[in-house]
Amino acid sequence: MADDQDSEYAIDDLTPEVGAATDVAPLGRAEAKPAHELTAAEDSNQVDWSRVTQMPEFRAMVRAKLRFIIPATLFFVVYYFALPVLVGYAPGLMSKRVIGVVNIAYLFALSQFFMAWIIAALYLRAAARFDKLEHKVIEKAESAGASERGNKE
Amino acid sequence: MTMALLMFLFFVGITLVITYWAARRTSGASAFFAANRQIKGWQNGFAVAGDYMSAASFLGIAGIIAFQGYDGFMYSVGWLVAYLTVLLIVAEPLRNAGKYTMADVLAYRLSARPVRAMASLSTITVSIFYMIAQMVGAGALVALLLKNSGISYHTAVIGVGVLMIVYVVFGGMLATTWVQIIKAMLLMGGTILLSILVLAHFGFSFSNFFNAIGHVVYHEKGVEVVKDFLQPGLRFKPPYGALDLISLGMALIFGTAGLPHILVRFYTVPDAKTARISVVWAMGLIGTFYILTTFLGFGAATIVGRDKIAVSGGTNMSAPLLAQALAGDVFFAFISAIAFATILAVVAGLTISASTSFAHDFYTNVIHRGTERRPGEEVRVARVTAFVVGAVAMAVAILLGPNANVAFLVALAFAVAASANLPVIVLSLFWRRFNTRGAVVGLGTGLAVSFLLIILSPSIMGVDQPGVSAGARHLIQSAPIFPLENPGILSIPLGFLGAIFGTLVGREPEAEEKYDELLVRASTGLGAEKATN
Repeated sequence: MADDQDSEYAIDDLTPEVGAATDVAPLGRAEAKPAHELTAAEDSNQVDWSRVTQMPEFRAMVRAKLRFIIPATLFFVVYYFALPVLVGYAPGLMSKRVIGVVNIAYLFALSQFFMAWIIAALYLRAAARFDKLEHKVIEKAESAGASERGNKE
Repeated sequence: MTMALLMFLFFVGITLVITYWAARRTSGASAFFAANRQIKGWQNGFAVAGDYMSAASFLGIAGIIAFQGYDGFMYSVGWLVAYLTVLLIVAEPLRNAGKYTMADVLAYRLSARPVRAMASLSTITVSIFYMIAQMVGAGALVALLLKNSGISYHTAVIGVGVLMIVYVVFGGMLATTWVQIIKAMLLMGGTILLSILVLAHFGFSFSNFFNAIGHVVYHEKGVEVVKDFLQPGLRFKPPYGALDLISLGMALIFGTAGLPHILVRFYTVPDAKTARISVVWAMGLIGTFYILTTFLGFGAATIVGRDKIAVSGGTNMSAPLLAQALAGDVFFAFISAIAFATILAVVAGLTISASTSFAHDFYTNVIHRGTERRPGEEVRVARVTAFVVGAVAMAVAILLGPNANVAFLVALAFAVAASANLPVIVLSLFWRRFNTRGAVVGLGTGLAVSFLLIILSPSIMGVDQPGVSAGARHLIQSAPIFPLENPGILSIPLGFLGAIFGTLVGREPEAEEKYDELLVRASTGLGAEKATN
């Protein structure tokens, strides 16, 4: 296996531990990297997270997402658990035959598949809208970050 | 019977070629753990389906429907609807904010060491128990399907174990992914073919088919009975049947989104949008498969019949026997080979998720506080872990033997995923106040309660009549204390409560401050891990 070699371990890199390919930076690190260790690429991507959360675009995006996800989740949980609850506690009702021997219980179970697919399709459509909102947030956050650093210098 | 073996060896040959190809392309951590994050949406959809649909789904559900009719079909429903939780709540934030494991998202704003240690424990527990269940299943299956080919239970368990280790150690995530994709294609192909044959048997008339289901004839204690198999209540009976059904539903709906081997799949795609598309692909495949269990299960009940299945190997043989009845020995061999392929793909996925979690969460981040001492160490540790995990699973499976009752191990894996993993993932993403103590207490409570309730349940406790074979006997010979087979209805709320109480005991200002960062990253993908070459 050639995994011992990694491009990030160039010989002239004097800070291998900080730049290790598999360390948790920037995920699990207690502090941010000191400014002098940042590469140019990392420097341009610095984001003031708290300021992003205050941006109206960001708030609009989070609201839009929750407005879809919360009702959709509540609906599918209620719809799904109605099946075992009704089958368990109203077996008489569920055993009523509708077409031939096909009963309510089987049709209700079958409808769950289509319910899941329809919600997934609706989510795909809504998520295309979220992606546009997200794009706006990222653009603004990155340009704001860059101009802020520009002002300091 | 050797036809099945030849077909299976053909599948093994293909997967080994893939592993060789993947090994040459796998160098570095991102390649080994996440296939360089270059898997396409549809590919990951197939891989998720292949990772998820185990022998329990293919052979188990067909068997339950063949024997207990409608109640078996209730399982099918839950396995698909569960993916809405994955799609709406977990997949995209996880991809945006994590790197290789579920714990990456949890440790993001909490103290890394305690949280990762607990998350790693939970991940490895779920993976190993699930794996043992699969391996015992594989061994038992061989004894049934290849009984004339001279392959014993031990050989089968060792064969499966060695193959899964080879896939993971040499081919990493890339090989595992392709094994799962091919398996999903085979499984879908086999299931669709079998369903068409069932319909053809009834002259492509749904009304003939359903009429037959309405009048299934079999013998019970020597007496002939005719039952409507579409009626609920053949499996879940009073007094606790209804509660058990709800409890099972909770474990599926909340557990799937906490299964570590499913979650790591979302790190293999380039971004959150692709992760979303891959879940929808997986839902299409998984839903189609589970709807078709109608034909597999009820087909076996009506065409083969309970009586014949019972004397030719039991419930798990329903689908292969149906294939034999409809299209002869070659098709029987084909369906049997698919069943093995199914097991291999699932255990490979479990092995890589357990190894990744041990190497990334426990070894690097807990023991060595987040620094890799030598380049490539994390991947090396993961490879060694794959060996150890595989060896442990093989040893336990051989020790338990082919007749062991292992169904409860799957229930346990889902219970831990739903009661320990999911509450902390959700609270970490959505609750600013959530802190380290909450995560540790939540994971601990979920794990402990799931274990305890399974031990007290009818799966482990029960009084057997004399004459029950040693492997099938209950481990504790006394009446069960907890009446349900699925602990979810109690353990999931307790997992959430543990996490909430743990959090409310104290405050952790750093965790609350970093919530902004997690929120922005998880919901926009800013700074997310990128695909590499």
